[in-house]
Amino acid sequence: MKRIRTEPQLHQDGRQPSIIHRIWNTPSLLVGSLMFVVLIVLAVFIPYISPYHPSEQNLSAFLQPPSAEHWLGTDQLGRDLFTRLIYAARTDLSIMVLAEVVPFCTGVFLGMLAGYYGKWVDTVITLLTDTFIAFPFYLIVIIVAFASGAGERGIYITFMLVGWIVFARVVRGLSASFREQEWVASAQTLGLPGVRIILRHLLPNVLPQAVVVLMTDMVGLLVAIVTLGYLGIGIAPPTPDWGTMISDGQSFITTAWWLSAVPGFAVVYTGIALSLVGDGLADIWRKK
Amino acid sequence: MSTSPILEIEALSLATKSNETLVDNVGFSLNKGESLGLVGESGSGKSLTLRAILGLLPHGVRQTGGVIKSEVSSAMVFQDPRGALDPLCPVVKQLAEVVYFRQKVSRKASRVVALELLEMLGLPDSLKRTDRYPSQLSGGQCQRIVIAIALACKPGILLCDEPTTALDVTVQRQIIETIARLQQELGFAMVFVTHNLAVAAAMCSKLAVMKKGQIVEHGNTLNVLQNPQNPYTQMLINSVLPLPELEGSGQLWS
Amino acid sequence: MNTSYSWLVTALLRALAVILFVVTAVFFIIRIVPGDPAKMILGEYSTPEAIKSMHHTLGLDLPLWEQFVRFVKTLFTQGDTGNSIIAGTSTRELIAERAPVTLLLIVMACMMAIIIALLLATLAATHKDKLLDHLIRIFPTITLGMPIFWVGMLLILLFSVRLHWFPVGGVSEGWIGTLYSLTLPAITVAFSQIPTLVRSLRAQMLEILESDFVVTLRAAGLPSRVILFKHVLRNSALPTLMLLGVNISYLIGGTLVVEQVFGIKGIGSLLFTAISNRDFPVIQGIALYCAISVVIISLLIEMISWWLDPRTKGKQ
Repeated sequence: MKRIRTEPQLHQDGRQPSIIHRIWNTPSLLVGSLMFVVLIVLAVFIPYISPYHPSEQNLSAFLQPPSAEHWLGTDQLGRDLFTRLIYAARTDLSIMVLAEVVPFCTGVFLGMLAGYYGKWVDTVITLLTDTFIAFPFYLIVIIVAFASGAGERGIYITFMLVGWIVFARVVRGLSASFREQEWVASAQTLGLPGVRIILRHLLPNVLPQAVVVLMTDMVGLLVAIVTLGYLGIGIAPPTPDWGTMISDGQSFITTAWWLSAVPGFAVVYTGIALSLVGDGLADIWRKK
Repeated sequence: MSTSPILEIEALSLATKSNETLVDNVGFSLNKGESLGLVGESGSGKSLTLRAILGLLPHGVRQTGGVIKSEVSSAMVFQDPRGALDPLCPVVKQLAEVVYFRQKVSRKASRVVALELLEMLGLPDSLKRTDRYPSQLSGGQCQRIVIAIALACKPGILLCDEPTTALDVTVQRQIIETIARLQQELGFAMVFVTHNLAVAAAMCSKLAVMKKGQIVEHGNTLNVLQNPQNPYTQMLINSVLPLPELEGSGQLWS
Repeated sequence: MNTSYSWLVTALLRALAVILFVVTAVFFIIRIVPGDPAKMILGEYSTPEAIKSMHHTLGLDLPLWEQFVRFVKTLFTQGDTGNSIIAGTSTRELIAERAPVTLLLIVMACMMAIIIALLLATLAATHKDKLLDHLIRIFPTITLGMPIFWVGMLLILLFSVRLHWFPVGGVSEGWIGTLYSLTLPAITVAFSQIPTLVRSLRAQMLEILESDFVVTLRAAGLPSRVILFKHVLRNSALPTLMLLGVNISYLIGGTLVVEQVFGIKGIGSLLFTAISNRDFPVIQGIALYCAISVVIISLLIEMISWWLDPRTKGKQ
């Protein structure tokens, strides 16, 4: 799995199999992307699809079961569950993607430094990752999110602090085995600057694996966002969010169980889509 | 050599799940007490042929054609002796376990048999007293244990898959001598896979040369070496490193 | 002999360094993030004088290095992060009072996770590429995105509300009652660990099943149950232990959240009470104790697997 590719390898008959062909032959990637695209399309076009507003209350029609009018029923304040669900997808998915940007870049960068230079750089970075890993993920997320104030800003700060570790660890391992390769050693002795080797040769080598990790990590991040929402230290109401929706529905679990179940399934759906994409990408890059 | 063969392979073909041919139309036979050297480059299907005889093909490989007729049981000696032993189980215990299941004797008796086997293979006495794990033994000692495990099965055919490749040069010789001595004492037949033509020539009365899954040359060892028909065999013979002094002295004499 | 013990010394030194880093991180955790702790405790509209006196109580009016010295001093003399602002008692006592139930929950969850994951991984690996294997492999993909608290809620809905098999929440009296009422929470925590465990264990198991020594034993004619239960499982025990060491941190975090769902009065509920009361010393104390436990558990697991694995001992 951790095989490192030095130069683009050609197929046995001398030509590279076309990208489209490879993607077509990877069903998990196709299904995963399709699932994700459906969600994104819904999230983008929800104002045109649904006649309701996500925080529009209708107290005469509260806790209704699913019907033709309200596809997934209504919540305790008479708000349309389907509309809220998709608006929440807007909030949660955009935060999920935005909150991954900084940790991904920092993690890949630090991992490459640690793996490529080794010695004291590696020692310091490894000590840092070991320290952060010692804190249970949810504990540190809860504390930092609380301390930096509930809401979106808290989530961004939290993941800037703790999100990079996963990438740093994976990329560090890859970079270390990359450095062992003979041509890298010879390039070093020839005096090729380290920055150049890192950016031109190491980065393209570690990026695929890092992107695969990114996919599963986004699932973890989404679940963390939802968990914070559930605990009341994430996205603040009335902004729709799957976590607060689950927590709101908890009081009605015996009578209207779908209020909590449905937003959870939305998270699971997104999780399946992203992990399928991740598995598919890993497959494609492994075959290559 | 007039008796009927104890192992007969006819038109054996092996392929991966995606129908990539690995072994193609391979056939040979073996008489009691006889040894066959299977030589060829790595990836030519030698080891897979052995696994097929053993009846334990690796995952993802299946037999697509041919028959293997064997009248006696076979046992195998592997290339990497350390990998061929459970790293978390004392070696003598592993050996005794095999004796227990194969020779259907009591636990106590199986240990006695195991210790006899150790003696037979010239392993040090210290192994009998304290539990030793594979990682605590040298490569050569591990290989002796692996051979002992194979012998505990009382095989009619011993399959050797490059048994000396992973060992030090000095140990290689000892192991080969041990195998040759045991063959004389116990009289099993042998299929000896190697990429070292010199070793095969010394050990075996018959040779089969494999290339890309096929047997390209097959016959009496002397005939094959003196009168190679296939260019690939010729190449193999030429690639056996001549010893420089001998070459020099040869020149002196000519 | 010397080389093998030098490993131990390195591991101990590294654990010590990580603990030092952890202490520093706990100190900075409420200082690095924006927002004034005093303001958070007293509320947005507090008077400047009140904030000033709160700064003094918390020691925030001192220079940073002096705060750190005080922090470390308390840590060494009192063994904690100071007294709770609300309860007034030491955080160490507060944590010690709540720790047993949380520990029990973690141990139960660990055991369940290991047993179920080993079972599934073995089934998948021995049926590679067959239907059973595919089903087991889909399982992690589906469960990866399941929020742990949501799983807990659904389990309560099914097993407590509908089937009445388990209590809805809380912990009953007595040993048996405690174990009984912790069963569902433990399943929930274990459930969150099983996907990653199954995934890695299946890969480990396949590697072991395909290794030469299994072929040797099969070729030697040992019954497959003996090979599987004696040799393959023993060889997968070490990787399982290591995996658990890696995951212990996630497991503890998950436990804190699950306690909240099931209304268990453990460290998790202490944390959330402290958070709603803005009780900083308690929050810091919990972070410190959890992180140090993780470091020590990882070290112990490393030492145990070193002790058990003959490959680390070398010749003689």
